[in-house]
Order: sequence, then C-alpha cells, then structure tokens
Amino acid sequence: MAILVDKNTRVICQGITGRQGAFHSQQALEYGTRLVGGVTPGRGGETHLGLPVFDTVYEAARETGADASMIFVPGPYAAEAIAEAADAGIRLIVCITEGIPIRDMLNLRASLRQYPETRLIGPNSPGIITPGQCKIGIMPASIHRPGCAGIMSRSGTLNYEAVHQTTQLGLGQSTCLGNGGDPIHGMDFVECLQLFEQDPDTRGIILVGEIGGTEEEEAAEYIQAHVTKPVVAYIAGVTAPPGKRMGHAGAIISRGGGTAEAKYRALQAAGVVTVRSPAEIGSALAACLKR
Amino acid sequence: MNLHEYQAKKLFEEYGIAVPPGKPAHSIKEALRHAAESHGPWVIKAQVHAGGRGKAGGVKFADSIEKVESIVRDMLGMQLITKQSAPTGQPVNCVLVQRASNFVAEIYLAMVVDRRTKRLAVIASRAGGMDIEEVAATEPEKILSLTIDPILGLQSFQSRRVAQALALDATQNKQLSAILAAMFRLFLEKDLSLIEINPLIITDTGELQALDAKISIDDNALYRQAALAEWRDPTQEDPKENVARRYDLNYVSLDGNIGCMVNGAGLAMATMDVITLHGGQPANFLDVGGNTNADKVAEAFKLLVSDTKVKAILVNIFGGIVRCDLIAEGIIQAVREVGVNVPVVVRLEGTNVDRGRKILAETAFSITAAEDLGDAARKAVAAVGGA
Repeated sequence: MAILVDKNTRVICQGITGRQGAFHSQQALEYGTRLVGGVTPGRGGETHLGLPVFDTVYEAARETGADASMIFVPGPYAAEAIAEAADAGIRLIVCITEGIPIRDMLNLRASLRQYPETRLIGPNSPGIITPGQCKIGIMPASIHRPGCAGIMSRSGTLNYEAVHQTTQLGLGQSTCLGNGGDPIHGMDFVECLQLFEQDPDTRGIILVGEIGGTEEEEAAEYIQAHVTKPVVAYIAGVTAPPGKRMGHAGAIISRGGGTAEAKYRALQAAGVVTVRSPAEIGSALAACLKR
Repeated sequence: MNLHEYQAKKLFEEYGIAVPPGKPAHSIKEALRHAAESHGPWVIKAQVHAGGRGKAGGVKFADSIEKVESIVRDMLGMQLITKQSAPTGQPVNCVLVQRASNFVAEIYLAMVVDRRTKRLAVIASRAGGMDIEEVAATEPEKILSLTIDPILGLQSFQSRRVAQALALDATQNKQLSAILAAMFRLFLEKDLSLIEINPLIITDTGELQALDAKISIDDNALYRQAALAEWRDPTQEDPKENVARRYDLNYVSLDGNIGCMVNGAGLAMATMDVITLHGGQPANFLDVGGNTNADKVAEAFKLLVSDTKVKAILVNIFGGIVRCDLIAEGIIQAVREVGVNVPVVVRLEGTNVDRGRKILAETAFSITAAEDLGDAARKAVAAVGGA
C-alpha cells in the first residue's frame, strides 16, 4: 500500500543524461526503483545507465509504460518539462529542480487543471520514497525503513531529520515526501493528509512545516474535520527574525497567518501534538502510537 | 531582488503609470540641480530597500531650496532604521527629489503572488497610507482582494470592481483600469514578485498618481531579465550576504554569538530554534544548500570566522546527496586554512556518517562531536558559557 508510489511504480527520469539526473537515477536503480527509461531531447535512441533514452515523454511513456516521472531539468526549462509529462499522461510528476521562475509556475498550475488525474510533487522538492519499494528523488536511502509513519514536509533536510528519528525508534515510514520549497508548487499538506488518512500502512502522520504561507493553517482545518490518525507537527522558524521587508502586501495577503506561532496555535486547536524541538518529532509520534 | 523607488518609478513611466516629476540624486549638488528644474515645494525621499520610511524620518517636505539642501545633507550617508529594515538600518546613498503633490485621498494598490490560490492577487483599499497593515488587521472589510486567472488575464469586470470598492468617479475609473492593466503587464513582462503603490493618490485636480512605488523581482527569473539585474544595489544588502551569494550560500546576519552552518533552509531555521530553546543565541542563519560540497563548506567557514561576534561554531549537516566523509574533510581543510580559534561543535548525520565521524575524531584539531541536534545545541551553548 503506502501512498502514491510502490514497487509497481514505473518511473522515467527527465534529464537522465545530466550530471544530477544520471547520479540520482543510478541511486534509484540501486535502491530497487523500477526506473524504466529516460528523456533528453536530442538524445533519443541512446542508452544511458543501461536504460533507453527517448526524445519525448510521450514516446517514453508509450514504450515503457511509465506512470511516474522524476525531473532534473534545469530551472529555465523545468516548467515545460512538467507540462510535457502531464500531456503525456504521467500520473505522478516529481520535480526536484529548484529555481523555476514564479511566472512559469503560475501558468503551469492553471494549465494542470485540465489533468485532474495528474499529481505534481515539487518543484524544489527532495522527492518521494516508499521505503524498500520505490525512491524518486535525492533523499539519502540509508536512513529509511519500511514502517508506519507518514511524513510530509516543506523542507528537505528537515524531512530527513524526522525520517532518521522514526527509524531510530523502530517506527519506520510508510511513505515520505517533500512538498517543495517554492511559493507555487504542486501537492500541499491537505492533499497528502487525505492520502495518509486512507492508507492502511500509515498509523501516524508527521507534518514538518515552516514560516510563511498558510498551508499549515489549512492543514489544521482539514485535520480537525477529517483526520482520525494521530498527527505530530513541528514548525521551523520560531526564532527567525522578521527580516527586511518591502511594503505590506505580504502581510495583508497572508491575513495575519504565516508566523510560526500562528501555525502552532492553529495546529494545537485542531488536536495536533506539536513539538518545539525538531529533536522530539520521532519520540512524540512514538508516544502517540503507544496510547 | 528589490528595486529602489526611483527605479520602480522609471518602470511605471515606461508603462504609462503617472508619477510626480522627480529625479534621483547622489550628492547635494545634484539634488539642488534637480530642485532648481521645477518650482517647489519638494519632497525628499531616502532611497533604501525597506518600507516604513515615512515614520522613520526618511521622507521630508521642503518649501525652500535652503531646506532641500539641509535635508539632503542630513539624509545622504545616514543609516535609516525603519520597522521593515535590517536592525542596523539601510544606508542612504541616494535621495529622490520629487515635486510635492496635493492630494485629496490616498489609495492602497498592490499586486502580489498569492500562494493559496496560486494566482496573482490584486489588493486595493481606499484606506491607503502608512497604517494599511493596521487597517488589514482591524477593519478587513475595507480591503478588497481578488485574484487573476492566468488564462483569462486581468478582466475589465475586475477593474470595475476595484474602482467601485475605491469609490472612484467615471474619469478616475478609466485611469484606474489603465493603471491596473499596466501593472499586470509590467508584472508579467518583467517577472516581478511584487508591485505596491502606497499611496496611489487622487490629486486635488482629480488625477490618479503613484506617489510611491515598490517593486521586487523574482530572483529565479533574473537570468532572463538582464537589464533589471543590472539595477541591483549591493549597498542595500549585508556585505557578508553578498559574499555568501557569490558562493551560492544563503546567509542572514543575526545578533547572537553562536555561528551556525547547516544544509537546507528548514534545518537551518530549526537549528536556530534549538539553540534558542537551550538558552543560546544564533549569530546567523547560514544554509549551505541541500546539495553542498567540501568547497562550499570551506567558504562558509571563512564567512563565519570573519564575524568577530562568533564565539563558537555549530555545524549541522544532514548528508543526503553529499557524503559526510567529504563534509568532514571540508571542515578540517577549512579549520586548517582559516585558523579557527573558537570551539567547533559538529553534528553529522546521513550518508557515510561513520567514516565522517571517524575523520573528525582522528584529526589533531579540537572538534567536538555531537550525537544529535539537541546534543549539538547543548554543547554549543555550553561552549559560549551560556545556560
């Protein structure tokens, strides 16, 4: 079970001949991910890492039966790469690339509405992993163990922190994913919560948030209404200074939300177990599951 | 990347948004020359990358040339501290000399990326001016916000809705539509992340005019906005932050004495939180990137050591792509090269962690190893003699 990816997921890599794409494709293969091909325009017909390379995602999907794509295409071209994957009928698009212009993402998000079956993770995401089955992304494989914690986060390395702790405590993970650090991105906490709530392998959920935006507040609302499994949350940035600001629009648009304290308050009100130290994420979930 | 007001107004003029006559000046002489070109009175505005200038003394009225001279003399070279600036303020190296406008109303008008709807949002209020955030908090009904469908673009019914909320007359309604259309075009064509006009005034003759202008550009798109990228003013940024940017490091200077070096922004913020939780004070936020290497680690160390208020260094690296043994070598190389003479606490986790820890344990330099994040923070705080 788990969510979104498992041992049957057939994955291609867009940008497989690039340095990053090749390295992480190799890692994915070693992990046992069913990586079935790659796409680099102009390199169709070649073989890379023992896998067929195609000119288009359309062709790759048709020839390999891929249903997921891992994107390492550079920022200026990455939004188009996502659009191409969606157009080719790829069900799960995982975009690792950082540095995509906001304007490209605004247009892309509007365009993706015509593909209701397609889910996008990222951009600027560490990826998604179902331990022991499928790894799509740049996370260190060795810290993960199959188990019962569903982990979602906005940050990459803080995600690893939560993974490491749950592994040390013997809980393991059902599936872990990073939503991505960019302001406009694909799947959010609410969509992940929906899936984790339905997944029989997931017994408890970890939400690792951070300051800015209102995704944690929206997650709190959803948890209150729909989630029966225990949720543990940590929000990074309690001590982050307000920093230099330009004008008032950011504060007005977030409607007083966005601060770590506002997020903690919303999550606590929804019955979420919150921790103030990231070192306590794992033990808090263990305590919830023992009850 | 942020623009100065005078740069933003240049873009406004290019796109047909009316602004009061004015020019930037970098010296008293230049300011007086600009003032002499038009009759007064004038407004002298400090050009810094921060809002809240009015309340901080960065905007002053002058009704004589002598007054212009004395205001500019005081302003140029000062550090302007506002509610939105860095704690030590922003240097004023340039002022805008602008003809004073008479107005009957102040409107707030902004365009910004709304993460929730994943669209551009227009924010408008008749209660513009210096207290707009207060208005947003206490009287939200006075603020209209709507979002633009990227496929349809800004629609005329939306402009009419904004005009209605602002209680404009028929002529101003037309002007506002033109301003909104220009803002939308400017936002997309120049890859902006923010346009804010506060205030957009209704002059005593009934015209709409942008009295102020704030523009931020999407850093991810600077590669295709080369002309705008040249408008960067490094004097508005912390010099260490500039060095950091050159090496692709993300650095923010803070007040404490524990220097931090972390990979990943989220983990870097979390490290600061844990230091504070254990009674310490971080000296900085420093993210060496989720995808760091030994050279970046060495540059980051130089940056930390150059900060005299740093009394201990905490390194927290969760190696994903990057291997811990390489990071350990980078740390030792940096300690050797830059001659670190404050305690260094290192917490390594992730790929090849055992080899990394072994390398650190065998070095002649005194580096304290930490078990986990909590342990690392406790040891760093103890090293500076706190808590």
